[in-house]
Amino acid sequence: MTASATASTARWRLKQPSIIPGFGMALGFSLAYLSLIILIPVAGLLWRTAGLGWGGFFAVLTDTRTLKALYVSFGTAFLAALVNVIFGTLVAWVLTRYNFPGRRLIDAMVDLPFALPTAVAGIALAALYAPNGWIGSLFMPFRIAFTPTGIVIALIFIGLPFVVRTVQPVMEELDREMEEAAATLGANRFQTITQVVLPGLTPALLTGFALAFARGVGEYGSVIFIAGNIPYVSEIAPLLIVIRLEEFNYGGATAVATIMLIISFVMLFVINFIQAWSRRRYGNG
Amino acid sequence: MDVTITNIRKEFARFPALNDVSLKIASGELIALLGPSGSGKTTLLRLIAGLDFPTAGQIFFGDEDASHHSVQDRNVGFVFQHYALFRHMTVAENIGFGLKVRPAASRPPKAEISRRVAELLEMVQLSGFDKRYPHQLSGGQRQRVALARAMAIEPRILLLDEPFGALDAKVRKELRRWLREFHDRTGHTTVFVTHDQEEALELADRVVVMSQGKIEQVGSADDVYDRPSSPFVFSFIGDSTQLPVEVKNGTVLFQGEPLGIAEPGEGAGQLFFRPEDVDLIDARDALSGKVTACRRLAGTRIAEIDIANDGHAPYHVEIEVPLHAPVELGSDIRFRPTRWKIFRD
Repeated sequence: MTASATASTARWRLKQPSIIPGFGMALGFSLAYLSLIILIPVAGLLWRTAGLGWGGFFAVLTDTRTLKALYVSFGTAFLAALVNVIFGTLVAWVLTRYNFPGRRLIDAMVDLPFALPTAVAGIALAALYAPNGWIGSLFMPFRIAFTPTGIVIALIFIGLPFVVRTVQPVMEELDREMEEAAATLGANRFQTITQVVLPGLTPALLTGFALAFARGVGEYGSVIFIAGNIPYVSEIAPLLIVIRLEEFNYGGATAVATIMLIISFVMLFVINFIQAWSRRRYGNG
Repeated sequence: MDVTITNIRKEFARFPALNDVSLKIASGELIALLGPSGSGKTTLLRLIAGLDFPTAGQIFFGDEDASHHSVQDRNVGFVFQHYALFRHMTVAENIGFGLKVRPAASRPPKAEISRRVAELLEMVQLSGFDKRYPHQLSGGQRQRVALARAMAIEPRILLLDEPFGALDAKVRKELRRWLREFHDRTGHTTVFVTHDQEEALELADRVVVMSQGKIEQVGSADDVYDRPSSPFVFSFIGDSTQLPVEVKNGTVLFQGEPLGIAEPGEGAGQLFFRPEDVDLIDARDALSGKVTACRRLAGTRIAEIDIANDGHAPYHVEIEVPLHAPVELGSDIRFRPTRWKIFRD
């Protein structure tokens, strides 16, 4: 009796009895589709990199130009995601909490970076922030375009909708009574926002940050116009990959790509872990 | 702390939610605001708390005019229907929140706060739950945490908005009795909102019956049940029957026939009586009709009767009859109210 119970719970069963038919077919399709779209290209990437051997891979990894490019890519993406979390939350707050003429227009405008071809955004930003551009000229002699600062600005532009669109629905669902409860307990507005509202938004903020960050690391089109692309200073890793490809150095290109893939994967994993932890702790996300 | 509300008016987008409401709440009283939805009871509670501000009129805490004080300055304990606990804080952090956010000058030291939290947890019988998160508690436990949190700031008055509305019937009954004991022990002036008349009548010292932004009657459970001051209160509290009657020469006529009950004055009005306040009687001058349904209800029997005199539309009436009374489906029955009230049109 006990033995059979243990055996049946211990045995891993692929097919859970379910009221909805078609589990086998749906799962089979999903796996085949994901393999085709994600797993096979990633495997190809790793296979190409493996062609270099450990020594070759290590040489690419420790190359100063690679390290600098990775540093620029991840550093600027991190900064931009951070700025987006702060100001994106502010935008989401204004859009959810206040009613004003033009609110729907601004709401629609947030999606613009999604829709705009990134090259168009890059050219526009480069023109604006160039040393002789409208905004760039105001900051002279401090140069914005063609430095890492320019990259951060482009990535802020690209990443904004990810934060706003992640935080906005959660903010709309926030229980207003919680804020009223804080007020009756004597908390002022600042205490209510920092101690009651923001902690409730943490999972959404983390998701928004992760999305904006991931998008920023991979962004190419808008960045190359404003970055200046000076090796060791403002050259991003995706550009380095393109340069290696143009040199027909496929191994070198895929090696940089593999390193980016690993770092991105680890960072997303950590963020997912923090999210799961906060969901478990606070009941729901 | 006694609370005086004078001529309060509250409009939402020009629509009056409260219309010229005045009420005196004595110190230490347990008051129920009772009414159907849309009667303005929650609006009144929120005005007392300072979560909304009146369009006109004043609210006094003792002698102090609090009408324009912010909710933070009023120092009231407010308990929400859906608890509104901070879900990212433990039970202890929730309860201690009101003390922790005080300005540094009046904030008690950490050890003092945790001592107070332990004391309050003890008071709401949740000792040992301090490290749990709200989602790990049952509805009744959450409501008790919400109450402890409201009590932590030593409020001048305690306000509860449908405190048992989201709980199931059994927990609701327990918590109701528990709240009464809690109130008797702590002696806080307490105002709670409910649409459940049983809850209001059982729990409160005085019941404020509200309808359409006005106070209909203020009184004890006996007052509002036995001596309703308006047709609304009579029909809202408990079961009742309403019949259009005419008073002529000191007697009451229904559809032109005398009922055998006396009432001074002349003119048309509405006769109200409760199902239990009738006598079966064998006389010509009484209400009469056919029994259309009959059902057992605990210790009594409820008879549904269609009463109509020749050529008039029938009225559907429910009365309580003794178990041994010969009441059969389809039979004719005669009865007379023993206690009644006529409100003149």
